[in-house]
Amino acid sequence: MPKLSPTMEEGQISTWVKSEGDEIEANETIAEVDTDKATMEMTSLEAGTLLKILVPGGENAKLGQTIGIIGEKGEDISALLKEIESEGSSNGASAKEAGQKESGESDREASDKDTSKPADKPEEVPSKSEEKKPAAETGSSGRMLVSPIAARMATENGIDLRTISGSGPNGRIIKRDIEAAIESGVQSSEQKTEKTVKAFAQTAEVQGASAYREENTSNIRRIIAERLAESIGPVPTFYLTVDIEMDRALELRKSINDAVAPERVSVNDVLIKAAAMASMQHPFVNSSYRGDKIRFYEDADVGVAVAIDEGLITPVIRGANKKGIAQISREVKELAELAREKKLQPEQYTGATFSISNLGMFGIKEFTAIINPPEAAIFAIGAAKPTAVVKNGEIVVRNVMSVTMSCDHRVIDGATGAKFLQTFKQMLENPALMLV
Amino acid sequence: MAEMTIRDALNAALREELIRDENVFIMGEEVAEYDGAYKVTRGLWKEFGDKRVVDTPITELGFAAVGVGAAMAGLRPVIEFMTFNFSILAADQIINHAAKMLYMSGGQFNIPIVFRGPNGSAYQVSSQHSQALEALYANFPGLKVVMPSTPADAKGLLKSSIRDDNPVIFLEQETMYGLKGEVPEDDDFTIPLGVADVKREGTDCTIVARSFTVPQALQAAEIMQKDFDVSVEVVDPRTIKPLDIETIANSVKKTNRLVIAEESHSFASVGAEISHQVLENAFDYLDAPIKRISTAEAPMPYARNLEVAALPSVEKIVAAVKEVCYL
Repeated sequence: MPKLSPTMEEGQISTWVKSEGDEIEANETIAEVDTDKATMEMTSLEAGTLLKILVPGGENAKLGQTIGIIGEKGEDISALLKEIESEGSSNGASAKEAGQKESGESDREASDKDTSKPADKPEEVPSKSEEKKPAAETGSSGRMLVSPIAARMATENGIDLRTISGSGPNGRIIKRDIEAAIESGVQSSEQKTEKTVKAFAQTAEVQGASAYREENTSNIRRIIAERLAESIGPVPTFYLTVDIEMDRALELRKSINDAVAPERVSVNDVLIKAAAMASMQHPFVNSSYRGDKIRFYEDADVGVAVAIDEGLITPVIRGANKKGIAQISREVKELAELAREKKLQPEQYTGATFSISNLGMFGIKEFTAIINPPEAAIFAIGAAKPTAVVKNGEIVVRNVMSVTMSCDHRVIDGATGAKFLQTFKQMLENPALMLV
Repeated sequence: MAEMTIRDALNAALREELIRDENVFIMGEEVAEYDGAYKVTRGLWKEFGDKRVVDTPITELGFAAVGVGAAMAGLRPVIEFMTFNFSILAADQIINHAAKMLYMSGGQFNIPIVFRGPNGSAYQVSSQHSQALEALYANFPGLKVVMPSTPADAKGLLKSSIRDDNPVIFLEQETMYGLKGEVPEDDDFTIPLGVADVKREGTDCTIVARSFTVPQALQAAEIMQKDFDVSVEVVDPRTIKPLDIETIANSVKKTNRLVIAEESHSFASVGAEISHQVLENAFDYLDAPIKRISTAEAPMPYARNLEVAALPSVEKIVAAVKEVCYL
């Protein structure tokens, strides 16, 4: 598979123009290839016979992968096929182009006529796994090299090793690096001996600036940070905001509460139900981008952000689309209680298909929430407030609530998200639609 | 104090112990009438006679066995091997008998014997006569292993070895017999076994050296100070077994870097053992991987240039110190 666009990493054989056994002239089109940009004609650099098609039309091939063999008519290619097969099993994206004679690249040298031999100088096309390597080494999971005494001195002096660049071999942080850091004094801070002391004991480096105290980052805080950073980085997010008149939804809530008293359902419970129902009509909202696959979920497992002392956690209401509002309400209360007691089991807070975060009770009018990957969306719910609304040329008061939807653009496009919000709005403004 | 060579310091130690305890006697090839192949026993036969200084045939296993038997009977033999390479012939007596007798006799028989002689390389004596065998003997419980590097240490340690109630492997170095130094003349001067000596104090890097490599390490330390402003500490364990790991580990805790220089081959060597014990005792203090300088993993070549290339040297130790100091 030749490189037919500058950014192409693999191509899909759209159609083979030639069939096995066909004679081929040099520069003749032999196949059409869908690249990441467009459908391109792939031409042969050499004349010969198309002996074998290895990647049939409709299938993908990585750059450098052998997709077919051109040679002399009647030539024995069994050894070559074996070699290609073994390469394929050891490395699907082998950089070797054994025997490959097809190419659309004009700069590729016409190679040896003897097709039973591999091309003598394989072009180096790094496979995906090879490309990933350096990133993994330098990435956050890459192991930091620190000499034992340097690690010890860093701990004793309250130095964050991540702020130090090592001068030893392979970037190993060694004693002199820590000594230099201590000398420069930039990183040093008083070691806190009493963990329970909450006083703002430390003074800022800048004179006159506020004093501060430092506490160890809790595990949950760190995970939140990592997850959110992961989100805002690789997840291309955009935001859609809609105003929803909540009067009828509030009426619905009231009548449910009358029916199930002394139990009470919250506005949020109604929103969970509405979002779950709406998502059934807009499957991309209830999906997850997974590289070469997009996963669509049958049910809406709705994550409900709950604030706890250490941060936030999102217990999941499984199959909210199939549950009644009262049942949703009971489950939310139960899970929120478990969350506050830190008794949630992993299966109770992982694997939501999308999430809802409601800050309305704090009087927040509108805000944006950060997607929790691999979910594709999260809904940020503001407070419902009596607002002057123009209806039929007259000003009337309606309870208006802002909802901002954060969308993973890899699966949800602007219109997809907008259409979902339309449905969501309709369901809340006319709750009977939830039953349709 | 008197300045004397290691050879004369050993001779003085033997003479003093022959005088001190009539149970002490010397036995080996050419130790009596010829004054010893390396003249360590010079004058002793004349002074003490046939009963105390005994020439043997070329029968290492035989006279080692006679020594073990004599020790069981209450004498304190000092057995000289002309070189320790010949001790390999007597290994069964040393390893299977001397080392194990106390244990296997249920504590009935101490074996207060010293096996002594030159260990390691000499000048072009080739593969079979250049071996440093300390790791072999140090591996067996029941044997003490001693390796002096100065005249004073040679005297004090040999006297302690003769007075010790256990078998002691006392390893000298042929090329160091002529090395001079100050030695206390006191008849009762001894150096306890199992105590290391800091031969030079320093703050930036520790070199653990023994026997042959001690003078090299001291020279290397001099060069590091002069040319690189690196302060090197040289620790000589002196006794390989029991090993004074505390002194070594304390030095490493101070300097954070360790080079081990030894004349033996590297694989499963005493340096490997020291390295391991330092990791156990001072891991958190290391700033660099421990570096070893050993003799090349090959039989010793005869050719002088190849022999020099195979052995540890000042240059090799300097390079190792620079490496652990990240210079």
